[in-house]
Amino acid sequence: MSRFLLRRSGIALITLLLASVLVFVGARALPGDPAIALSGEGFDPAANAAIRQKYGLDDPLPVQYGRWLILVVQGELGRSTRSGLPVAAIVRDRIPLTLELAGLAMLLAIAIGLPAGVLAAARRGGRVDLLANAVALSGLSVPHFWLGLMLILLFASSLRLLPASGFTPFTEDPLDNLRRMILPAFVLGTGIAAVLMRQVRSTMIETLGADYVRTARAKGLSERDVIVGHALRNSLISVVTLVGLELGALISGSVITESIFLVPGFGRLIIDAVVSRDYPVIQAVALISAAAYIVLNLGVDVMYSLLNPKIRVTRASA
Amino acid sequence: MTAAMAGFPRRVPSFALIGRFSERPLAVVGAILALGVVAIALAAPFIAPRDPASTDFGALLLPPLSEGHPLGTDDLGRDVISRVIWGAQASMQAGVFSTLLAVLVAVPIGLVSGYYRGAPDLIAMRLTDTMLAFPYLIVAVGLAVVLGPSLTNATIAIGLVQIPKLLRVTRGEVLALREETFVAGAVADGATDAFIIFRHILPNVVNTLLVQSTIIVPYAIIAESSLSFLGLGVQPPTPSWGVMLTTAQPYMDRAPWLALVPGLAISIASLSFNLFGDGLRDALDPRLRR
Amino acid sequence: MSEPVLAVSGLRKHFVLTAGLFAAVGTVRAVEDVSFEIRSGETLGLVGESGSGKTTVGRCVTRLIDPTAGRITLNGADITRLSRSRLREMRRHMHVVFQDPYSSLDPRMSIGDIVAGPLRHHGIASGGELRRRVDAMLEAVGMRAGIRDRFPHQLSGGQRQRVAIARALILEPNLLVADEPLSALDASVQASIINLLLDLQARMGFACLYITHDLSAAKVLCDRIAVMYLGRIVEVAANEQLFAAPRHPYTQALLSAVLTPDPSAQQARRRIVLEGDIPSPVEPPSGCVFHTRCPVAIARCAVDEPALVDHLGDGHVAACHLIGPRGEAPDILAGAQP
Repeated sequence: MSRFLLRRSGIALITLLLASVLVFVGARALPGDPAIALSGEGFDPAANAAIRQKYGLDDPLPVQYGRWLILVVQGELGRSTRSGLPVAAIVRDRIPLTLELAGLAMLLAIAIGLPAGVLAAARRGGRVDLLANAVALSGLSVPHFWLGLMLILLFASSLRLLPASGFTPFTEDPLDNLRRMILPAFVLGTGIAAVLMRQVRSTMIETLGADYVRTARAKGLSERDVIVGHALRNSLISVVTLVGLELGALISGSVITESIFLVPGFGRLIIDAVVSRDYPVIQAVALISAAAYIVLNLGVDVMYSLLNPKIRVTRASA
Repeated sequence: MTAAMAGFPRRVPSFALIGRFSERPLAVVGAILALGVVAIALAAPFIAPRDPASTDFGALLLPPLSEGHPLGTDDLGRDVISRVIWGAQASMQAGVFSTLLAVLVAVPIGLVSGYYRGAPDLIAMRLTDTMLAFPYLIVAVGLAVVLGPSLTNATIAIGLVQIPKLLRVTRGEVLALREETFVAGAVADGATDAFIIFRHILPNVVNTLLVQSTIIVPYAIIAESSLSFLGLGVQPPTPSWGVMLTTAQPYMDRAPWLALVPGLAISIASLSFNLFGDGLRDALDPRLRR
Repeated sequence: MSEPVLAVSGLRKHFVLTAGLFAAVGTVRAVEDVSFEIRSGETLGLVGESGSGKTTVGRCVTRLIDPTAGRITLNGADITRLSRSRLREMRRHMHVVFQDPYSSLDPRMSIGDIVAGPLRHHGIASGGELRRRVDAMLEAVGMRAGIRDRFPHQLSGGQRQRVAIARALILEPNLLVADEPLSALDASVQASIINLLLDLQARMGFACLYITHDLSAAKVLCDRIAVMYLGRIVEVAANEQLFAAPRHPYTQALLSAVLTPDPSAQQARRRIVLEGDIPSPVEPPSGCVFHTRCPVAIARCAVDEPALVDHLGDGHVAACHLIGPRGEAPDILAGAQP
């Protein structure tokens, strides 16, 4: 098993490097002075010369890439052309918020999607199933940023239950923080909940029809034991796989959600950066998103292999 | 002459497809609605009552069912229903062309990769993994920054992001098909590789491609509206449902219909393609009886 | 005596099992040192259980898979390592009929197109001439020419197999490899296909490698029969000789399992039931591969692999240490259960 993990880590590393090459090439393809594009500094000639040296801009391209990579790994991400602040610091400030949002959203998604999928599979064809399917389908079809707008309309404007925007750090006032997080997390999580519910439902239906489950029933196990003990464990594998696949959607989704709810997180950073042509920030966000995705997927692979030997897996499609 | 088939057929034959599809009411509804959206998009110049860009400062923020404006007007006096109708064009453009891009790139690579395996396959898979690491928004942002925001660039970004999954699916089908006995028969016939790939394997992959395409379209519709909402896609004053939502945001209290209408349009459009796609998938699955 | 159509010598095929990308975890020795010849107009049966390697031999012979070692010649030309383009030219002279009639025809092609395949790929005919030859072939296999426009799903299993045969024989190849063509068919249909094959062979004179696990079909169709076990040939003999006087213990066991039509004769027979399952081809037994299940194995059998010996110089060969110098077969009933 560890050989498998070693292989997967190797592949993840290669993918990460390839991604970094793409980001680097993208940054160099931008119009304008590469020194400014890469570092966000060097607006005056004297500083510019120093930047050119630091990034090795007069050396051949592969060397440039190497130097850039070393700087990045050390945490040197340049300065924002908009605010002049070091990018690394900006990112460090904003990431926790997005992580909290994403975490809450995923929790919500699992809390809603998993039981819904199980119920729908257990009462297949019944009213619960149909309802769950309808809701899931709507969840997939409705653009979730619009859902966010509608929810703001409903809860903030009309009912005045929850605040529409702004935020308080968790450390200052946890309750207020969560109050403000509920809507965005819900918006972000429902799309994933829909996909999750469908996947769980189909995997469970497949498993419930499998031979070894029939044997369990024949042995006299109660329906609840059959579902929870056997079928559910199998579904966990698809849940894990799906979580991995949906992480990309989470990152994209957080951008929009944060824009609507005015949460100053990592996702919103990229929009602000694009609007103001803040190249170093854009680079950093692209790189970090890709790295996060790759690392998280590796984590999913690890979990998958941990779950695998203990459960007899029917060919669940990812 | 009737067929006496042993067990389940491996693939649903084409002639049975339409029959199986029409047995599902939801799928048929989806198909009709989807067709409707496409028709509206194509006929926009002829059916929109007014010019979607013409402003009327004397008729700002009129509610629905006002005279001359069945769905009201926005903050610049533009007719909402006309903008909604014209907005269908942006969505359909994004939907169709991004799918086309994805298919034209992913399918040939998937065919070669799956049939020949070996080195080209390994390279393609590594590249796919790399592409998968970038969420579509980052790709769209990248393109917007380098090339400037526009519907075309947004469409390209959406298409690019679909390539890895489509490539995986195609490759998977090809891997399975090349083990089929009739492929061995074609080899024994003396067929060239090109013939086998194009006349034996590709036609049998088409079913799956069709289903995947119907999954891409609703995704593209939502993606385009999201990107336009963020300012990375369609640029105002061109109407797009996403752009309409951006302009609606500040007026949510006073004129909630401005946000409601385009959102409903997006939802209905994507729902119809989702239903259509689901129905198609079920109809093509030989394991499902009826 | 003319050259054999097909000559196989020392054929070996090993499949390497890998876990993941590079780790080799074992080798399946599917075919080990197989040699035989088939002459024009002759049918050689290749008989064995599943896992004996007979299908793999068929695939190697037609280069649908590549052999690990050995030599294959078709009409005297060595095709073992021929390049793909040269190989394609050679395919004019050989073809295959597969086991499963439901997957061996492309569901999206019409019958006419399927049968016309070889004609098109080798540029032999086109247009009206092509149609003529396709129709003639369809009628030769007992179907109406009008079936040309139908699709496989509209035909029954037996009809599809006829189409497969038509497609295989349309270029009048020198060699036909038939890989269990009857297994997927109903018993009533099998008889008509057998007759068709006999008829066509008499007319066209092709050599035929007939792969099967069914001895009774082999008895009807084959001039000579080779028995395979775990990738090796253990006995080869002319049809009547094999059934009248089998030498190898495995052959004897196989034959005892074949039902005879006469019930009282069937009652009187003693059945030999082999113990255990066929061993895994990944780890074949040492010495004689059959010794683990052989009722009369001796110590030597676990150590020395017996060679195929032609005891009486008449072409009847068998590989067993217990066969007498004049071809006397070991009496395996002596060690068997009553």
